[in-house]
Amino acid sequence: MTKPAVLILGARSDIARAVAHKFAALGHPLQLAARNVDRLKADKTDIELRYDVPVTLHACDALAIKTHADFVATLPELPQIAICAIGLMGRQSDHEHDIVAATRIMRSNYEGPASLLSHLANQFEKRGNGTLVGISSVAGERGRASNYIYGSAKAGFTAFLSGLRNRLARRGVHVVTVLPGFVATQMTDGLDLPARLTAQPNEVADAILRAVKRKQDVIYVRRVWRLIMGLIRLIPERMFKGMKI
Amino acid sequence: MKISGWGRYPVLEVQTHKPRDMDAVRDCVLSQPTLIARGNGRAYGDSAINPSATLDMRRLNRMLAFDPQNGQLVAEAGVLLGDIISAFLSRGWFLWVTPGTKFVTLGGAIAADVHGKNHHKDGSFRSSVDWIDLMGPDGVVRRCSRHSDPSLFDHTLGGMGLTGIILRAAIQLRPVESGWIRQTTIPTPNLKATIAAFETARDASYSVAWIDCLASGDKIGRSILKLGEHATRRALPAAQALSPFSIPRKRRLSVPVDLPGLTLNAYTLRAFNALYYKTGTRTSGEHLVDWDSYFYPLDAIHGWNRIYGRNGLAQFQCVLPLARSEAGLGALLSEIAKVGSGSFLAVLKRFGQQQSAFSFPMEGYTLALDFPVNPKTLALLERLDKIVLDHEGRFYLAKDSRMSAATLHASDPRVAAFMAHRNRHGLAQRFLSAQSERLSL
Repeated sequence: MTKPAVLILGARSDIARAVAHKFAALGHPLQLAARNVDRLKADKTDIELRYDVPVTLHACDALAIKTHADFVATLPELPQIAICAIGLMGRQSDHEHDIVAATRIMRSNYEGPASLLSHLANQFEKRGNGTLVGISSVAGERGRASNYIYGSAKAGFTAFLSGLRNRLARRGVHVVTVLPGFVATQMTDGLDLPARLTAQPNEVADAILRAVKRKQDVIYVRRVWRLIMGLIRLIPERMFKGMKI
Repeated sequence: MKISGWGRYPVLEVQTHKPRDMDAVRDCVLSQPTLIARGNGRAYGDSAINPSATLDMRRLNRMLAFDPQNGQLVAEAGVLLGDIISAFLSRGWFLWVTPGTKFVTLGGAIAADVHGKNHHKDGSFRSSVDWIDLMGPDGVVRRCSRHSDPSLFDHTLGGMGLTGIILRAAIQLRPVESGWIRQTTIPTPNLKATIAAFETARDASYSVAWIDCLASGDKIGRSILKLGEHATRRALPAAQALSPFSIPRKRRLSVPVDLPGLTLNAYTLRAFNALYYKTGTRTSGEHLVDWDSYFYPLDAIHGWNRIYGRNGLAQFQCVLPLARSEAGLGALLSEIAKVGSGSFLAVLKRFGQQQSAFSFPMEGYTLALDFPVNPKTLALLERLDKIVLDHEGRFYLAKDSRMSAATLHASDPRVAAFMAHRNRHGLAQRFLSAQSERLSL
């Protein structure tokens, strides 16, 4: 029996690569989407060789909102599971005074992903089943001076996923929100992250597969993050604004 | 960040880079004054550490092509040997040569020119390598093989990453009919008998002995010799013959914390070694063993290197020429038994002939030992070095973390030619590791 197809948006990211390998190992055909498809060719060959599943590549620019309907319509088949790993962090200090660059971060982390998932959601709803996975961030749980541009976009995306889940819950479509905490990826290369709080891309991928299978709603990859973010949210704003975290 | 080899000694503060494509590798090569590539960190000492720039190659881990007609696989250097097995064993292909852990990268296997239990028949990892793509100090990628640029090919195999950054390679896989090994266990009471048993077993595909390095007197060198053959489909019991490549799922053990240094003392080691020997004599004869347990018994214990405590462990592996093997092994084992701070498991293996410019193996016997790092064992290792030199043997750089440059240069006349190659091609100033600096390579 052939397994249903899995679409991965932002397929060049480390988390996306790890997720792709896990689904391919289970025998799912993959649709990998990224802005620059040429750079995915080696991944396609790699995954096909390792797991003997078909992989198709699809150009998709998260910021080219008008192309998104077409992108979804021209997929070889409507996937059963779609995972959005699109994200862009950059350095906050570069964006505080370069507002155009800042809006690019906001659009890449919220507008683009939300637009793509909206198109997919509508198709899934029509079909009456499917799973959407959005990789958001704990940075969206509370705005902090060091990372609020990225964080605010992720906050929007988290709220979007929550609303989408609510809307589609009785329509057979499940929505998973992933809040990974620190992950050792190219996005965080060069940052000095505490090892106990930092997950490997493989761990995130395992957590995503589990969440899809068990229809979990919101997952933190390392459980300690649920506690940390719970505490951070509890700090009164009067104190929070003076803190450096 | 602080990193070390698998022996967790020495630990050095290092600037690491994690390139994700060829462009990023080139950027590092062109911008860093000195650097070294690193695979999965399974070399025991400081081979893959350069404090100013260490390139973690594990993101370059794609398989690029496979030809089912001739079994040739092309893959990036960061692919793990275990990934190759996962991908291809179920289709009837296995590695021609594998070391005792599957958690090494393809690039690392080439750089150390690793060997396995079949060296006496099939040679080192080199035998399975068709070509290597290497980035030189100028950022240019060169493909070398036995026919094109053979000198670069020769020096890269066993060259410990000191000839450039290994990017990709083509290797041959071997066809197998199952994932099972027919293992024959032969206990031998002393060194003479062990060597005789190895010589008798020259036709076995695989052979390796676990040697009781704490036995003394007339028991010195007593061993459990294990021979192996790939099981044909027909040789399997009905249950396994149905799906000859699937093996039972294993419980994975792990050592989550450093054990206190006292855990491995003369008494526990002696007891363990004696028990191991006893168990071996009791289970002698032929058994069917799955590939994972046969080739990679220690991989089942995650973080086994922690049993040596927080100071880490020092590996010691030497090879002695055939004519001097018995005398040399006798001298090494007596010295170890005398100190009583032996190795948890010591491994003895017969090597066959070896072709290469700087690879470790040569025809003769190789002995591998590990010791907790402390002043007593470091002093013992110095004495073992001397015994090896007296018997015209040499040392495995992938295991070394503490040898002196003088010892290396005295042991291996090929060092001069290797250094000349490095100087001639402008490699000596660029590709450096803590080990190459220590050993003046």
